[in-house]
Amino acid sequence: MSVMASSAPAASRGLNPRAVRMIEAILIPIGALVVSALLFSIFLILLGKSPAQFFNLIWVGGFGSAFSIQNTLQRSAPLILTGLAFAIPARIGLTLLGAEGALVLGGFTAAAIAIPLVTGGWPAFIGLPIMAATAMATGAAWIGIAGWLRHYRGVNETISSLLLGYIAIAIMNFFVEGALRDPGSANKPSTMPIGDAYRVGPIPGTSVHWGLAAGIILAVLLYILMTRTTFGFAARMTGGNVRAAQAQGLPVGFLVVACCAIAGACAGLAGFYEVAAVHGQANASLVAGYGFTGILVAFLARQNPLAVVPVAIMFGALAAAGGLVQRRMGMPDATVLVLQGIIFVVLLVSETFYGRIPFLQPKTGERT
Amino acid sequence: MNHSELFIVLIAMIGGAIRVSTPFMFVALGETLTEKSGRINLGLEGNLVLGAMVAYAGSYTTGSAWLGVLMAGCSGLVLGAMHGYICKLPKVNDIAVGIAFMSFGTGLAFFFGKPYIQPLAPKLQAIPLGFWSSDPNIAQALQVNPLFFVGIALAIFMWWALANTRWGLIVRMTGDSAASARAMGVSVDLVRLLATAVGGFMAGVGGAFLSLYYPGSWNEGLSSGQGLMAVALVIFARWDPIKCVYAALLFGAAGALGPSLQSIGISQGYYFFNAAPYILTLFIMIASARSKSAAREVPGELSLAK
Amino acid sequence: MNKMTVSRRSILKTGLKAGAAGLAASALPFGLARAQSPITLGAVYVGPRDDFGWNQAHAVAMDILKQVPGVTVIEEENVPETDAVAQSMESMINLDGANLILATSFGYYKPFVVETAKKYPDVQFRHAAPLWNADTDPKNAGSYFCYLNQAHYVDGVAAGLCTKSNKIGFVAAKPIPSVLSNINSVLLGAKSTNPDATVQVIFTGEWSLPVREAEAANALIDAGCDVITCHVDSPKVVIQTAESRGAKSCGHNASQAPLAPNGFITGAEYKWETIYKIYADDLAKGEELPNFIAGGYHNDMLRNTAYGAGATPEAMKAADAAIEGLKAKKPIYVGPLKDNKGNVVIEGTMDNYDPVLDGMNYLLEGVQGSIT
Repeated sequence: MSVMASSAPAASRGLNPRAVRMIEAILIPIGALVVSALLFSIFLILLGKSPAQFFNLIWVGGFGSAFSIQNTLQRSAPLILTGLAFAIPARIGLTLLGAEGALVLGGFTAAAIAIPLVTGGWPAFIGLPIMAATAMATGAAWIGIAGWLRHYRGVNETISSLLLGYIAIAIMNFFVEGALRDPGSANKPSTMPIGDAYRVGPIPGTSVHWGLAAGIILAVLLYILMTRTTFGFAARMTGGNVRAAQAQGLPVGFLVVACCAIAGACAGLAGFYEVAAVHGQANASLVAGYGFTGILVAFLARQNPLAVVPVAIMFGALAAAGGLVQRRMGMPDATVLVLQGIIFVVLLVSETFYGRIPFLQPKTGERT
Repeated sequence: MNHSELFIVLIAMIGGAIRVSTPFMFVALGETLTEKSGRINLGLEGNLVLGAMVAYAGSYTTGSAWLGVLMAGCSGLVLGAMHGYICKLPKVNDIAVGIAFMSFGTGLAFFFGKPYIQPLAPKLQAIPLGFWSSDPNIAQALQVNPLFFVGIALAIFMWWALANTRWGLIVRMTGDSAASARAMGVSVDLVRLLATAVGGFMAGVGGAFLSLYYPGSWNEGLSSGQGLMAVALVIFARWDPIKCVYAALLFGAAGALGPSLQSIGISQGYYFFNAAPYILTLFIMIASARSKSAAREVPGELSLAK
Repeated sequence: MNKMTVSRRSILKTGLKAGAAGLAASALPFGLARAQSPITLGAVYVGPRDDFGWNQAHAVAMDILKQVPGVTVIEEENVPETDAVAQSMESMINLDGANLILATSFGYYKPFVVETAKKYPDVQFRHAAPLWNADTDPKNAGSYFCYLNQAHYVDGVAAGLCTKSNKIGFVAAKPIPSVLSNINSVLLGAKSTNPDATVQVIFTGEWSLPVREAEAANALIDAGCDVITCHVDSPKVVIQTAESRGAKSCGHNASQAPLAPNGFITGAEYKWETIYKIYADDLAKGEELPNFIAGGYHNDMLRNTAYGAGATPEAMKAADAAIEGLKAKKPIYVGPLKDNKGNVVIEGTMDNYDPVLDGMNYLLEGVQGSIT
């Protein structure tokens, strides 16, 4: 691939490499979205549907009004956290499919610890932090297991985290339908409701719950952690080459388990908000697929914690608009899945253009 | 548990292994071929679901279940080839593309599958291998679909061909060291493209088994993650086609454990019995990890198994 | 606020027509002009509309409402029981102007229907489960429900006469009251015609998981059951598996008769259209919707699927007689009844609509299986 060499600085044309990277990071995804839209339009035209109407509905349903924006943001809140749960371990070279399990178990333990807190009459400002901490600790431990098994026992983390996810769901169901079932939750087995005092309300002035704010704050913090600290540097170095990192004397085992624990804490926190802000109790509805959608989010964000936020919002918008497309155009709910698939594939293909856009590259003759 | 109850559970597990294992087998074998060539296609869940839908639609439209199987394979082939082609572009991550295709394949299947949820399509017929037994349970457990044997034959063939043929050598070399394959004049991209496409074909056939034999209908919850699990089983089976068969059989048998224990009256904690396949797989993985031979079988080029 | 808006709001203003099932013909006079204000009805389904089961039963009945002049029906399927359903309902209200929401899945109610109803007091919400509480829940919300266990009782009556092994297999999703009541009703129905009949149950733990449902049906048949029935969201796989193994079957939720040409006996089906017609008539007349409708055979809210080839003539006769009995409110739960651990759980005779039955948490003596 001769082009690979051309990622050399474009300084000779007055553009510094940093600026080139910035321009690329904006131009390429936008170009990919445009191409996806064109491809999907062809799909719609072949089906005899109007692309104009479709994209108008996506706009109306996703961003067209204050309500739609809040709808979008509310749906994106758990996806930011589960996206981070995939992105952080990915920086150290791990492919973890365990966010779903950590979310479910985190949410469940938060609801479980709330039972004695609520019955004991503890105020929410004490109880809620305990619930959140429990959820994060459980999630961290659950994915931490996968990291520990990976590093110390050589068990592949992709498969172990996937298996742990299924086991987490079994554990939650076992308790929710058994020992911790609220007798009042007749036809939908659930833990005891945490009660109105323990419910996390919306961000003032909106209908969006605080999970969104938590996700954005964590995204920023984790971005700083992964790019501006020695921990992040060591983690990325380990992700680049484990053996080299070990040779450098980096504590690889600690780094692997720590990244997994951070991921689990993010997913567990998502579970906490599902319980405290959405359901008010734990039940089988915690298994909603947010963990798996988070994987898509993280990949499209190229594992960059900051980029996870806008990508999650895009997914939220598509989900928010999906219902409108069903209702107004009579198209099945899977329409949005097809569009997501196309966007995803095209965005990944577009990765190949980084460092290869002709007008951003130095002309060979000008190279000094 | 007395003897006759134990017998019921054992027969059910054998029957379950035969009934449930086939889709896992096909997806795992397809993935083994792909990974042997040094690439990962995490998206075979998409092939499986799309294959299930296409097989059902094909069987319904043409009236021939086997034609449906072939069409399912071809749909998988197309997805696999697209995956293989995209991954040869520089800087494109094969794991990410796989996840994209999982989403794309299931999306297409759900979108175009709506009209086929209701109709009844011709199904694949089983071979009654239990004809010799007067015990109806044994006779039933040994009702075997031809695809099951195709899967086993395929595994044996792959095991032999990877070890003993020139093609097998090329695939393995591509997977172990792209540089040395190139030095031998092998087109690495082409080998991987073909391996991914053929692997996709197999996964599509696995989907056909789901919709045309067991459980034998098309709906959106049909696979519920079996394709993803099967891809994971490849790592569990250490990239060995024969071990893929064992893993699939084990997984199928463990899946039959929950219902059959309830059928003899053991239902305490049924959630854990139902999760038996996952729990068992995890324990076996932990127990067998770090064995001396484990690390040697990993194809060297694989991004998943650094 | 102009006059038109006021009048529309007053139409949709809640009234409490609680309790008495199906009493929709209450007469609050409204003018013709008001009656013609457009109604947009949003229906939310938890699964695909053509699932041969729960969602299909609702969607088929929804077609009746689409015929009503001035009523626009908008539908969303595959909406999970998470805040996605709250968002979908709000989206229907805010973007499509929906003023009546039919939320058709059990887990939608708390907290989502309740909280959304509080937030939008001008919109009517009706939810398909007997959960609405006149004291605590918003007056613009409400419940509608059919006690399907009566039709399962009829299944049991027929199955008792169709089984040779005296064992009826039941594939159940989760051990919750509505499922347990169906299982127990099958048992009591079967025992009424065949005192030796027993019911064996396997719980799959999920509302929709085709492979495990097929495995459960197989395990039941392996254990000697020769009639199979179920309570899962989409019974298609269970009925097909029974048919392919030569077992007879009874359906659930919608008609599965075409799936089992040889072994189908009958099936328990909802007649949601009866309720939806009441809503449609009220809407067309501009009247308030009842907050609570519940029913069964006595008010035409259930039916049993037309008998299939698996039903013997005696079974048909007995089942027809059982239906007549239920129409006359003949009780199903006649005490004393013991659970399968030996405790007396029902002392006397229970009315078929007794709210105590809504909290059922036991399997009766004669059912093999455990709910923990």
